[in-house]
Amino acid sequence: MALPNKPLGELKAVRDPEVEEREVDILIVGGGMAASGTAFEIKKWAGDDVKILLCDKAAMERSGAVAQGLSAINTYIGENTADDYVRMVRNDLMGIVREDLIFDLGSHIDDSVHLFEEWGLPIWKKTDDNKNLDGKKGQKLGTLKGGAKPVRTGKWQIMINGESYKRIVAEAAKLALGEDNILERVFIVELLLDANKENQVAGAVGFSVRENKIYIIKCKTMMVACGGAVNIYQPRSVGEGKGRAWYPVWNAGSTYTMCMKVGAELTMMENRFTPARFKDGYGPVGAWFLLFKAKALNGLGENYAASDAAKAELAKYAPYGTAAVTPTCLRNHLMLFEMKAGRGPIEMDTVSALAELGKTMNKKELKHLESEAWEDFLDMTCGQANLWCATNTEPEKKNSEIMPTEPYLLGSHSGCCGLWASGPDFDWVPDSYKIKADNGKIYNRMLTVNGLFTAGDGVGGSGHKFSSGSHAEGRIAAKSMVRYVRDHADFTPALSQTKEELVDMVYKPVRLYLDNCEYTTAEDINPEYIKPAGMALRLMKATHEYGAGTATYYQTSSRSLEVVMDLLATMREDCEKLAAGDVHELMRCWEIEHRIWTVEAHLRHIQYRKETRYPGFYYQADYPGQDDENWFAFVNSKYDTKAGAWDVFKRDYIKIIPD
Amino acid sequence: MPSFVIAEKCDGCKGGDKTACMYICPNDLMVLDPNAMKAYNQEPDQCWECFSCVKICPTQAIEVRGYSDFVPLGSSVMPMLGTEDVMWTCKFRNGLIKRFKFPIRTTPEGAANAYPDLKGKDLDSELLSTEEADGTTLKTPIAIA
Repeated sequence: MALPNKPLGELKAVRDPEVEEREVDILIVGGGMAASGTAFEIKKWAGDDVKILLCDKAAMERSGAVAQGLSAINTYIGENTADDYVRMVRNDLMGIVREDLIFDLGSHIDDSVHLFEEWGLPIWKKTDDNKNLDGKKGQKLGTLKGGAKPVRTGKWQIMINGESYKRIVAEAAKLALGEDNILERVFIVELLLDANKENQVAGAVGFSVRENKIYIIKCKTMMVACGGAVNIYQPRSVGEGKGRAWYPVWNAGSTYTMCMKVGAELTMMENRFTPARFKDGYGPVGAWFLLFKAKALNGLGENYAASDAAKAELAKYAPYGTAAVTPTCLRNHLMLFEMKAGRGPIEMDTVSALAELGKTMNKKELKHLESEAWEDFLDMTCGQANLWCATNTEPEKKNSEIMPTEPYLLGSHSGCCGLWASGPDFDWVPDSYKIKADNGKIYNRMLTVNGLFTAGDGVGGSGHKFSSGSHAEGRIAAKSMVRYVRDHADFTPALSQTKEELVDMVYKPVRLYLDNCEYTTAEDINPEYIKPAGMALRLMKATHEYGAGTATYYQTSSRSLEVVMDLLATMREDCEKLAAGDVHELMRCWEIEHRIWTVEAHLRHIQYRKETRYPGFYYQADYPGQDDENWFAFVNSKYDTKAGAWDVFKRDYIKIIPD
Repeated sequence: MPSFVIAEKCDGCKGGDKTACMYICPNDLMVLDPNAMKAYNQEPDQCWECFSCVKICPTQAIEVRGYSDFVPLGSSVMPMLGTEDVMWTCKFRNGLIKRFKFPIRTTPEGAANAYPDLKGKDLDSELLSTEEADGTTLKTPIAIA
């Protein structure tokens, strides 16, 4: 327990931090899969005279969504075609996607997977007699690049032994970029536009979470890849368990907010992801459905997804609902349909699935099967394994409950919110998908702000990239950024804010704290300021109740959206009074600031789209069902910081790959 | 499932400029109390239970206790990270113990090929550096070719 009037953290914040100013050509913000892809690729193209710097809020060895590991790579094209990859993503995301970006990604993604294997990632292999070998034993069959067959669970997924996936990828990234060009534990919080050239990114400001130090970094071009947004809706577990988010709990919407605040156009921010996962532990279900062929049962023990009622429900959402593979949101919709009808809870029938598989297996093979089931959790959701242990759950003897989680915002998994990015400059890409830079040229993955790029969760309209696609996209953007620097050799970035103004902005919560903390006897309760932990709960309560959270089975209404907009406006005002007594708390202040803006974008898009495009992810009660006639279009938005005004509008969807 | 530090086992990574758990925690939760020379988790309700601190701790001083809001007491899951494999010991509440061993990497640590000498040739094409080196041709959608 902290004593009254003593900040909790070990590293107390001081009023006047040290300031370090830097100038580079290329700044990479983030250190996850996408930024690691950029870090690996960029020096292959940049000359030795090009200065590059990467800032990661954490340590690259274990940062981002893959920190804990993964048990599968969800996208590997292999024997499939990139055309079919586009078709799959389009159907899963209810028709409105950027087919140019998806095809482009699908053309390069396998190259990243081949690199992962070369670097040491163990990838399962299939023998000629159809047996599965783990990534170590499978080495004798050769590499994927050399033609060895992966173990497919679905059409696109391959199994790996991925506990050290991120460590391996980060190792190559760090070696390629050089330790001297990497700053870990530096949290970039605001992007800065050029003082002279309109709509041109010129730098960023952030701070160290290890010392009282602010970084002001000027650059010609920048990659912002800081993942999606988590803990924006009240989670199903509200005590210690709120850390057990499905997506990484440290993803604060920084990508969307920072780019949006300098005028970058957002797209499909109404899209969200509420994955159905093992209840509470949030362990993955993919391997259970696809590899072990398990069925989900309702409370009556029925395989509800195969029922006539389910088929009739899905038919309402044709052609997506009647496609060979049911879109993720509609699978959720069916689950909610059962729960609301009183036929819950929903269980994964692990017992029958393993018994069925066991019929043709000997004892050794059965033991291996059990091990595969546990590895699926231990490689990526250790806590789910512990929950099984704590509840004496052996999957061959006891079924486990599954349930849709609280909402998440992301662009790389089965969701597609993010920023409007330029497609590649190919003839087959429609002009409206190409963003012309100041010099009239097209730079793949550049945003509507000159010199600003994103990848992974940042690029909107193109989900299902997952880990490998995020890495490949980071590499694609890297090459464009080097091209941008070459073409802008005469540009020298200049900031419009002074050093003092930037320090005042970044350290405002610290100064507010120091000015007022002596007034009360308990530092967390003070009428002059609010701590970020309290503001985080306020945001989650508002979204939970009005913004289509779990409280209302993901339903909102026009009036609820008006209410939550008012609440958000007040929250933004109160964010001016966020206080931080230590550097860790300062990080939390900026994270909640980023989360609030991201949520506002999400809800403004839902408010604008007068239909329910993604039943199962959210429902707009005043506009149920899909309205293809009026809403078969992207919803995009732009925030004007100077005017403090949002502009939300439609952009045409263009079909490139026929059905 | 917040991590916790066993007081007797933690030596604060003495001799180093930072503790291993502080270095690795993706959410900046692990900190060192410099007077006690012991590490602790400063914000347990923001712990993702990623086990990064458990795996890296040189004295095996860190474990995890299930989230109090839904995990019954009495179980434990402990990894032992080697250079090629990870060994897991999973202890059930009822005493049952299961052990698993999985590969983690097929190359020595530090040996990932970063292609330090590879320099791309055509900056204006859309081929990535290793694709260009392999002589890959760019794809066009089959449907519209």
